[in-house]
Amino acid sequence: MSEVIERPQPTPDAATGPYWAAAHEGRLVMPRCDDCGKYHFYPHPLCPFCSSAKLVWTPVSGRASLYSFSIVHRAPSKAFAGEVPYVVAVVQLEEGPRLMSNLQGCAPDAAQIGMPLKVAFRKLSESVTLPVFEPQ
Amino acid sequence: MSNLKAAIVGIGESRVGSVPDRSALQLQADAAQAALHDAGLKMSDIDGLLTTPVRVEHWNMPCGVVAHHLGVKAKFLSTVDLAGASGCGMIHQAAMAIASGQCSTVLCVAGQNLLSHGSRAKAVKSMAEGGSAHPQFEVPYGPLVPSLYALVAQRHMHEYGTTPEQLAEVAVTIRKHASLNPNAHKREVITVDDVLKSRMITSPLHIFDCAIVSDGAAACIVTSADRARDLKARPVHLLGQGYGLRHSHIGDTELTTTGAVDSGRDAFRTAGLIPADVDVAQIYDCFTITVIVELEDLGFCKKGEGGAFVENGRIGLGGALPITTHGGLLSGGHPGLGGGFFHVVEAVRQIRGEAGARQVKDAEVALVHGNGGVISIHCTLLLGI
Repeated sequence: MSEVIERPQPTPDAATGPYWAAAHEGRLVMPRCDDCGKYHFYPHPLCPFCSSAKLVWTPVSGRASLYSFSIVHRAPSKAFAGEVPYVVAVVQLEEGPRLMSNLQGCAPDAAQIGMPLKVAFRKLSESVTLPVFEPQ
Repeated sequence: MSNLKAAIVGIGESRVGSVPDRSALQLQADAAQAALHDAGLKMSDIDGLLTTPVRVEHWNMPCGVVAHHLGVKAKFLSTVDLAGASGCGMIHQAAMAIASGQCSTVLCVAGQNLLSHGSRAKAVKSMAEGGSAHPQFEVPYGPLVPSLYALVAQRHMHEYGTTPEQLAEVAVTIRKHASLNPNAHKREVITVDDVLKSRMITSPLHIFDCAIVSDGAAACIVTSADRARDLKARPVHLLGQGYGLRHSHIGDTELTTTGAVDSGRDAFRTAGLIPADVDVAQIYDCFTITVIVELEDLGFCKKGEGGAFVENGRIGLGGALPITTHGGLLSGGHPGLGGGFFHVVEAVRQIRGEAGARQVKDAEVALVHGNGGVISIHCTLLLGI
């Protein structure tokens, strides 16, 4: 009998619930400051630019470019063993913020810094969907 | 000397490497006793205690656990958690406690049996998966801790043309230094070719680009410069210090410039020194790329020139800036948060002229740099006579 090991999944909390709820519906949202207008990520309780607490989850374009990446050859746990080699990426959104993600729809060796990407969504379970990125 | 007027008057190390016969507290006791012996002091002379958290067991209030078990009657105690920068931070925070009058002589001690507390696989796994990645926004994407530094390396290569050979040069140099340290964990010399042919873990980092996992503990005793004059060992003074933080997680930062810019600038300013004054630099070396980025950010070369800087023997013994002369985390030993504390111990040894086969001639000013998280928290010390 083969053991089924689930990938580690995010546990949404009061600060991040809207992000994961939107992702599960196929939308990428980012905190945007209602006072200074800037986006940021990961979510802070106060705007990192002007310290305002008026932060609003706002849909973004999902267009991005590859900022950096690493091809993982040794899985961090058995849950990822079937997926190596895979690409851990940092992507830069058109709106400014950066986030970590995976690259899909692209051979790991084809990854190149600067390549244009667009968001896609990978369903991990009945309740959690992970934003990932693929070539535009 | 900085306005804190403090000196390190005792240094000690436990055995480092695979030490399955000692617990975390026993390793710390070994290091503490060695430091007391070095200083010519007794445990009853110590009235302050600083330590760091450990990973191998749960210690509710680590400073209380360590002070109680080592028998320190502490008028001041605290647990310093700056991750890999904790070793440097402890020295400065001990100096502050002494300058404030709260206590007179502080034992700083850190280390654990990170390699031997479970199976080796478990230890490597615990280091590889340890808490540096964001639990919601990074861990689900499957990065190893080395992947987080690999992102830095890949971006540095893209922006500045840094090469895998230059990264390898760091590992080769630091292993050479470890080969001259009888207490280092890995002492067999390696070549650039060995590094490039070693197993690729998370591109562009090979296994030899990554720190090892070890058992071990280190200790320093800090007191006032006045009291230091009457003690056995030649005092090594705290000349200056600085801290820096520019992000908490790697996914939302610019990757190739770090808070070491700020910690280095403040350390040089408080010491009234410049990078050219440094005779030996104990640079934090959790990965080879860490060293290259820190050398740039601390001002030893311009941003982007770190790759070229480490070539042609410049960072080796006999070079213009010998670094991490005990063998560092890449080869000397890495027992977790205490890992960066061996860099402080080695800086003291170099300034005293007691580093044996790896002594840097006429070393008078040493820089020590600690880095915690994923190039997140930085603490820089300048030490000298």
